[in-house]
Amino acid sequence: MSILINDDTRVLVQGFTGSQATLHSEQALAYGTNIVGGVTPGKGGQIHLDRPVFDTVKEAMEEVNPNAALIFVPAPFCKDSILEAAESGIELIICITEGVPTLDMLTVKKRVDELGATLVGPNCPGIITPGSGKMGIMPASIHMPGSIGIISRSGTLTYEAVKQTTDLGLGQSSCVGIGGDPIPGSSFIDILQLFQNDDQTEAIVMVGEIGGSAEEEAAEYIKDNVTKPVISYIAGQTAPAGKRMGHAGAIIAGGKGTAEDKIKTLKACGVHIAENLVDIGSKVAEVLGR
Amino acid sequence: MNLHEYQGKELFAEYGLPVSKGIVISDPEDALKACRDIGGTKWVVKAQVHAGGRGKSGGVILVENPDDAKDFAKKWLGKRLVTYQTDSNGQLVNSILIEECTDIANELYLSAVVDRASQRVVFIGSSEGGVNIEDVAKNTPEKIIYEAIDPLTGAQPFQARKIAKVLGLDATQTKQFTPMLSNLMKLFIEKDLSLLEINPLVITSGGKLHCLDAKINIDSNAVYRQPQIAEMHDPSQDDPRESEAAKNDLSYVSLDGNIGCMVNGAGLAMGTMDTIKFYGGNPANFLDVGGTATQERVAKAFKLILEDPEVKVVLVNIFGGIVRCDLIAEGILAAIEEVGVEIPVVVRLEGNSADIGSKILSESGVKIESKNDLADAAKKAVELSR
Repeated sequence: MSILINDDTRVLVQGFTGSQATLHSEQALAYGTNIVGGVTPGKGGQIHLDRPVFDTVKEAMEEVNPNAALIFVPAPFCKDSILEAAESGIELIICITEGVPTLDMLTVKKRVDELGATLVGPNCPGIITPGSGKMGIMPASIHMPGSIGIISRSGTLTYEAVKQTTDLGLGQSSCVGIGGDPIPGSSFIDILQLFQNDDQTEAIVMVGEIGGSAEEEAAEYIKDNVTKPVISYIAGQTAPAGKRMGHAGAIIAGGKGTAEDKIKTLKACGVHIAENLVDIGSKVAEVLGR
Repeated sequence: MNLHEYQGKELFAEYGLPVSKGIVISDPEDALKACRDIGGTKWVVKAQVHAGGRGKSGGVILVENPDDAKDFAKKWLGKRLVTYQTDSNGQLVNSILIEECTDIANELYLSAVVDRASQRVVFIGSSEGGVNIEDVAKNTPEKIIYEAIDPLTGAQPFQARKIAKVLGLDATQTKQFTPMLSNLMKLFIEKDLSLLEINPLVITSGGKLHCLDAKINIDSNAVYRQPQIAEMHDPSQDDPRESEAAKNDLSYVSLDGNIGCMVNGAGLAMGTMDTIKFYGGNPANFLDVGGTATQERVAKAFKLILEDPEVKVVLVNIFGGIVRCDLIAEGILAAIEEVGVEIPVVVRLEGNSADIGSKILSESGVKIESKNDLADAAKKAVELSR
């Protein structure tokens, strides 16, 4: 199997007719993803990319029965779109949009948790299960079906890890970009748990970065709950304190959240560390004895 | 986005929080009138910059004669104040806050942040104010309270009472504090704050709580819906190169090394900096050209990097996801021609149409080191930076 996305995933794209949504939906369809329709308020009844467009998620639920939502709406409307999906009974919600206000996410996250839905993002590249389907903006061509589960806070950095595991013939079970925002829908721990329980996944690559304490919390979780080997790379070893490095979450504040501290904690919890970005793949191969 | 102290206090006043009577001036000639209008016989005069540590750097004085306030304004307006929180250039002083003097009996600490771990707004209170809170947290953690507030319910009176205990407030002060906490939480939510700090929150000699300082950061993702806050933005406090970058949708942070970096994606940009360091070099900057690195943006990025006189070599690292590397390659060539790049450029293209991109670069006749492998590219850049 894989995690979150498989052959039974029926995708609804919110903000379907926008340019980014159109581009990435075309690529997802070409990859074989089962997109069953989309939502753009005011454009209900139209056909876009050979799929029906609805005004509301509720109508889409009745007509095409999606179980996953992929959100491309502009940042000011993400709170509304995520809540609409969750309240309508969508189980998996992936929000690609960047720039969502943090306080919107505070309330959204609480409600999504109450409703029992899984939210990934915002400000993330999405999820791909190679050979099965993709919900996101990643280039499909660098992936291959395989046994490595990849979790990352960053987009292109994920691609780097993916490429390296593909080049070594290991391939990926699923790749999940959880996003670089301070309040992500899913944490490293949420995804680690899924990979631990997934038969196809032999080893897990966790790509972290400076800021916050998500990697440290993940390290503690791994120590007690994850029996599969975890290989980690932490970006931002050279970043100065107090400067925000692009991602809203990537800032070293008050001496906390440094790469050095994270690496130390991860090592102490039995996680294998790739010291250099270019060595992620080879570290995985080494740990698996290949 | 950061606010000045006086702007923070304007917001505090709007939310009914006790702040000193004060007047902001940008001309020394206005100092005498300001003191007169405020009244009293003692005034605190504070340089307004986006940095802490002003007091220790001579940016705050207590005066008993309005002429001294005027002299202070003359000395600082238009100058740059260097504190332990600024870089060596300091921050431009273009306004000065004159306030009535408050008699202090005790200094406390109160702040609020969005806490990632609990996913709540958390208030932090301490009986130790006016000092570095990190030190208090390390040395005497029992003097600090962390109280998480549900954004939907707001701050409840019992939470104010819990914090008041740790602050050491008496019954009357606790009564004053309860609506203060509720209003601070309202301010935090309604104005999209990411940080709020009152250090110190004081008890006056009359026994009343009073906000002596105000530090407020706004979530930059939310400024679009905060017109009042957007108006408060003071561009003179931003790094000019960083704000120029932001105008072009580039994310740029200046660093101390000599290898200029241009990368797509924030995570990969940090990773590229680390790899340079791993091979013994020093990055001159963090620069994320974003997911759609067009020719125009690549040209702007080159310009920004080359404005730094320390830069000896430029390393371009693009992982073509949705963007095609052949288009990026043409963008790089056009940008090099347009900007007139005279130092060595190392380019690593990977992903979508990377082969075609590399071929375009190698056949262009322009002096570019084209590499497919990040390790090779980083090593080459480090070698050329020596």
